[in-house]
Amino acid sequence: MSEVKEREPLFSQKNLKLLTQPIDSKNPITVLVLGICSALAVTVKLKPAIVMALSVTIVTAFSNLIISLIRKTIPNRIRIIVQLVVIAALVILVDQLLKAYVYDVSKQLSVFVGLIITNCIIMGRLEAFALGNKPWPSFLDGIGNGLGYGLILVIVAFFRELFGSGTLLGYRIFPLEWYIKNGGFYENNGMMILPPMALISLGIIIWIQRTRNRQLIEK
Amino acid sequence: MEHLINIFVKSAFIDNMVFAYFLGMCSFLAVSKTVKTSIGLGIAVIFVMAITVPVNYLMNKYLLLPGALKWLDPEFANLDLSFLSFIMFIAVIASIVQLVEMVVEKFSPSLYNALGIFLPLIAVNCAILGGSLFMQEREYETLSEATVFGLGSGVGWFLAIVSIAAIRERLKYSDIPKPLRGLGIAFILTGLMGIAFMSFMGIKL
Repeated sequence: MSEVKEREPLFSQKNLKLLTQPIDSKNPITVLVLGICSALAVTVKLKPAIVMALSVTIVTAFSNLIISLIRKTIPNRIRIIVQLVVIAALVILVDQLLKAYVYDVSKQLSVFVGLIITNCIIMGRLEAFALGNKPWPSFLDGIGNGLGYGLILVIVAFFRELFGSGTLLGYRIFPLEWYIKNGGFYENNGMMILPPMALISLGIIIWIQRTRNRQLIEK
Repeated sequence: MEHLINIFVKSAFIDNMVFAYFLGMCSFLAVSKTVKTSIGLGIAVIFVMAITVPVNYLMNKYLLLPGALKWLDPEFANLDLSFLSFIMFIAVIASIVQLVEMVVEKFSPSLYNALGIFLPLIAVNCAILGGSLFMQEREYETLSEATVFGLGSGVGWFLAIVSIAAIRERLKYSDIPKPLRGLGIAFILTGLMGIAFMSFMGIKL
């Protein structure tokens, strides 16, 4: 008579929560203030923002998985260097893939792909989650946080590209006849392309989120 | 000489790490609550920047660039290791931060106490790695150019964090809508300061 230990289903309630929480109430950017560094400069256009979001999601998920697999063998004192090496190796892979398949986007992202290494989301999740949890939940946590990060990136990029250049993913949304120079009524808001507007849009996103979710208000 | 001053002014004001490239934002927002701590972190950043950028410049020139290993053996002339630059730079930065920490602790305990926990934190500050990557991308030609660039970027970061800390100290007395308090207003403030810093963009050097 063998006692079958009940296995936790792959997508249990708890695991699903890991996936969805970072998108709203534990969002890495607007609540935990992680990973703003490389986030904002890539949001002028939607396409680089999406590529960046995907790259960060992949790196977060797999570094979480790898660190979680070897978490019991890492000596505590040198864990930061071990983590950095794992992250840097994954980022190099992503960088080479981007250069091979989407060269133009990779040129636009320039140093910001490399800066994924020091993106605090990844380090933060490794320290806070992967070092103390099993591989599968860690993997989900990585994907969830990557998606939460990506969501904010895509929202900011959407508004900046729409109002700054009148296009989305390179396709024209506001017809050229609308523009003043063609006898219309519309003019692009040049401010939106400039870096400071990314910060201000993010401030407004935080404002809206906290109005909706009062628990997040700071004292 | 004039050329070097130009690089300094350009890296400190026109290409300011915080306001033009959003680098080092995490610690910029987290540590800028009081002027005193922000001065500590700012000085630590200048210090580490001015050391890591020239060291990474040498690494890049003599180890990573295509044909850079020629000094070791003429056979290596075709070797291009530049894809390893991320891992190389971050390892150099992490070890230099550790080294600087030990040296400072040994020779100037008062400075060590003033910098406190900020020194180890700097290893994961994106402004530092960003400085090295920009140095590589912009292809500075001599060691002195790279050093001045590192120093200037550090000074720019220092000025940014000290000025925002001064403003945030004053914010306590203002009546901000509740959901905007703390993080939200800090973002909008940084954005407004960025607009102010953009007035430097007209300067051609």
